[in-house]
Amino acid sequence: MMETKESLTGAPVTVPHGGSAATLKAASVCFGSFTAIDKLDLEIEAGSFYTILGPSGCGKSTMLRLVSDLIPAAAGEVSIFGKTTEEARLAREFAFVFQDAALLPWRSALKNVELPLEIGRKRNIDIPTGPRNPRELLELVGLKGRENALPHELSGGMRQRVAIARALVCQPKLLLMDEPFGALDEMTRDRLNLQLLDIWRETGTTILFVTHSISEAVFLGQKVVMLRANPGRLRQIVDIELPEPRETKLRDTPEFTRYCGYLRDLLETC
Amino acid sequence: MAVVETVSVPDPVADARAAARREKTMTAAVPIATAAALILLWEVGVRGFGVPTYIAPAPSAVAATFVDKFPVLMQNFWPTFVESVAGFAVGNLAAILIAVTFVHSRHMERAFFPIAVFVNTIPILAIAPVLVLILGPGITAKVVIAALICFFPTLVNMVRGLQSVSPQTLELARILSASKSEIFWKMRLPSSLPFLFSALKISATTSVIGAIVGEWVGADLGLGALIIDATFNFNSPLLYATVFMSSGLSVLMFALVTLAERRIVRW
Repeated sequence: MMETKESLTGAPVTVPHGGSAATLKAASVCFGSFTAIDKLDLEIEAGSFYTILGPSGCGKSTMLRLVSDLIPAAAGEVSIFGKTTEEARLAREFAFVFQDAALLPWRSALKNVELPLEIGRKRNIDIPTGPRNPRELLELVGLKGRENALPHELSGGMRQRVAIARALVCQPKLLLMDEPFGALDEMTRDRLNLQLLDIWRETGTTILFVTHSISEAVFLGQKVVMLRANPGRLRQIVDIELPEPRETKLRDTPEFTRYCGYLRDLLETC
Repeated sequence: MAVVETVSVPDPVADARAAARREKTMTAAVPIATAAALILLWEVGVRGFGVPTYIAPAPSAVAATFVDKFPVLMQNFWPTFVESVAGFAVGNLAAILIAVTFVHSRHMERAFFPIAVFVNTIPILAIAPVLVLILGPGITAKVVIAALICFFPTLVNMVRGLQSVSPQTLELARILSASKSEIFWKMRLPSSLPFLFSALKISATTSVIGAIVGEWVGADLGLGALIIDATFNFNSPLLYATVFMSSGLSVLMFALVTLAERRIVRW
């Protein structure tokens, strides 16, 4: 049950199987005199789906930016598959999906997916498992036939799916997603949630998914990482033990509602 | 009874199409009709009030001169055309290159942007004689004047355009470990194109003004020289015909840039 994790508050959670995808050891991030993340200890188990919840200003996005080498740690250590964040970035170990799709508007859907393969060719950035076929990826995210569409010709949900396909093209072992469906309507969001779970099962990648929706966090996550604000710290990691594979009707079950209620109460104490 | 009836079945699609066609015809017809009416009013006014030709010629007189003097007009058109196009190319190219250095070096921008602003504040009519004195009465001075007038709008727009890449796109570049040149060619430069074309549309018409101003100061041939010549000889129909020729050149340049923009900026 979820209460069993209560005692683990603030302590690193070690998981026996799967190995570690990312490890944060007493990692801190400061912006000037403001401490966004304060001595955060966290271990992300490889192959799992993590959702990250917390009140605004708790450093959810900052944590993803720290892991993805966009911002440096002021103190502590961050490692990804045993490498530093910079080494992992250069080896394309992880990919990032932004809240707005961040597609290049002059490139077609297919050309946007191919972008990561065009960059760094001279420096021989090599992808150990080899790149995936961009056309197949667009098919995987349900955009077959729209390869040549420009971003402005696609809906918000479609643009985000192109961004996901682009993130998957280098076969990342870790996928970082910063509120990717935050700007979409609820129906599109629910559909993309299901699609994302399919992709996760198909690719076996580790996913760190930041959201501000409790139900999205419960529906997607095997584990929900709850952060607290001022300064950003780990509040609790909650295991979501719901039947797999998850389907839409799961949202109507009492277990689902109980997890949501539990997280809502927890969020209020953050 | 052999009554033949033609039953017209209402076809909403055809009706909508016909309406769209009517709408299209109207959007073209209204401005054309307005212009024609104004020209007619001008003709009637000049004739009705007996305005002397050297003060304001009737449109019919201008049209007649345009046809009669067409070889002369064309003879003066080509030098201005060449100067405008050369000035357009030189001025914009310089502006683009300088914008690129500004975006890559804050020091360069701090050092040279105030100078660019200062040069821009000098009235083109004041700097034209200076340039003709330095560069002589040949084509060079006119090209430089046309280039100078194109330079500033493009510089300002291009700097903005190159900086218009969204922060998330730059984060994406960082996550992909893109090099500076990859960011420039794949992200900054394409992002700047809509801004560049806004500037090019401005300079398409101002480059013609620059060339003509240069010709005023000292030239034997060119639309600017013809304007001065016609003015001093009180040959108003020729003056008006030359003015139309000049604006025709501007429209041509503008149309070419717009055409290029439609083909290149498709997003």
